[in-house]
Amino acid sequence: MKICITAQGATPDARVEERFGRAPYFILMDSETESFEAVANPFADGAGGVGPKSAQLVIAHKAGALISGLVGGNARAVLESAGVALFAYRSGGSVRDAVHEFRNNTLEQAG
Amino acid sequence: MKLAVASGKGGTGKSMVAANLAFTLAWTGNVTLVDCDVEEPNLHLFFPSPATTRDVTVPVPVVDDSLCDRCGKCGEVCQYGAITVLPDRVLFFPELCHSCGGCMLVCPKKAIREEPKRIGTLSCSAPLPGLKLITGTLDAGNPHAVPLIREAKKQAAQDSVVIFDTAPGTSCPVIEALDGCDACVLVTESTPFGLHDLELAVDVAARLDIPAGIIINRSDGEDTDTLRFCTDHDLEVMMTIPFSRDIAAIQNRGDLLCRVRPEWQKDFCALFMKCRSLAGVEQ
Repeated sequence: MKICITAQGATPDARVEERFGRAPYFILMDSETESFEAVANPFADGAGGVGPKSAQLVIAHKAGALISGLVGGNARAVLESAGVALFAYRSGGSVRDAVHEFRNNTLEQAG
Repeated sequence: MKLAVASGKGGTGKSMVAANLAFTLAWTGNVTLVDCDVEEPNLHLFFPSPATTRDVTVPVPVVDDSLCDRCGKCGEVCQYGAITVLPDRVLFFPELCHSCGGCMLVCPKKAIREEPKRIGTLSCSAPLPGLKLITGTLDAGNPHAVPLIREAKKQAAQDSVVIFDTAPGTSCPVIEALDGCDACVLVTESTPFGLHDLELAVDVAARLDIPAGIIINRSDGEDTDTLRFCTDHDLEVMMTIPFSRDIAAIQNRGDLLCRVRPEWQKDFCALFMKCRSLAGVEQ
C-alpha cells in the first residue's frame, strides 16, 4: 500500500513532521518495497486553509494511509471522506522508523 | 469626521474614551458611535436603550450535486481551502470561506449558487437625543469579524461625526475599523505592555496613513517611557487620565465619567478639537 508520511526533509531519513498541513515534505512510500517519492508541500507557508488543501494533495497521490503527528478537523474530514486511514506518530523518529512501526502494526490509528 | 479609537493592548480604556467623547459631543450636535469590537461589544452597557436589530449575512456557495461533474476547478481557485473536491463528492468548510465568489465564477457547469449565511447582528439605537449607537455583534464561534465590521461602518457612512471603537490588537478587525478614518486616537497605559502594544498600533496607523494621537490612561503621574516614545515619534499626547479609584468605580458600575463628573466634559471637548486638527478638519 502507498502511505504518506509528513516529513521535515525530502528523504526517509528525515524526521517525521508532527504538523500535517504545514509539513515541509510529504514522503509517499510503498510500504512493501520502501521505494519512495518526496513531494515538497506547496501549502507549507500558506496563509490559511492549508489542512484541506494538503489533504487534497495526499488524496491526489493516491495514498491509502497517512502517518503524521496531529491532523486538524478540516483535513481529517477530507481524508476520512476519501477513505485514507490516519495514524499518529509522535515519537520524534525518522520517516523510516515510522514506516517500520506501521508495518509492525504498533502505530495508533487516529480517528 | 471619522475618528477611530484604537489601542494595541486590550483593557486600556478605548470604550471608556469613546463613550465619554460621544456622550460629551451629543450635548451640542449629532454624533454616531460605532462599536467595531464585534467579538465583544460593550458600548451598549454604557447606553442602555431599546434597539432595532437585524441579521448580517455573507454569501456562501451551495453546490448542486446533480449538475456538478467533480472537475475540481472550484477547489483549485479557492485560496482558503474552503472547497475540497473528491471523486464522488464536494466538501465545503463554511468557516474557511471568505465569500469571494471565485468558485461560482469558475464553475463550467454553473453548479454553484450562493446563499446567505448569518454571521451576526447589527443593532441601532438612540440612547440620547444627539447620539446614535450602532453595535455589531458577531455570533459566538464565527471567525468572520471583518464583513460584520464593514457592515457596521456602512450603516454610519452618511453621518458627519462618527466615532469607531475598535477591537484591541493590530489584526484584521482593527485594520478594517481604521481603514478610511480621518484620524485615530490610540489609548495606552503607563506599563511596559501598554507601551509595547502602542508601538505596534502606531506602526499600523502609519502604514494606513492615518494621523494618530495618544491618550495615556491610568497614568502613574510620570509616564516616562511613554512620553519618551511619543517625543521620539512626534506623537501628540492629547489627554492624560490619572490612575484613580474614583474613575474606576464609576466605570465599574457602567456609568460615564462625564455624566458623574461633568467637569471632565471640557477635557473631552478639548480632545475632540485636537482630533479635528489632527485630521486636518477646519475649525
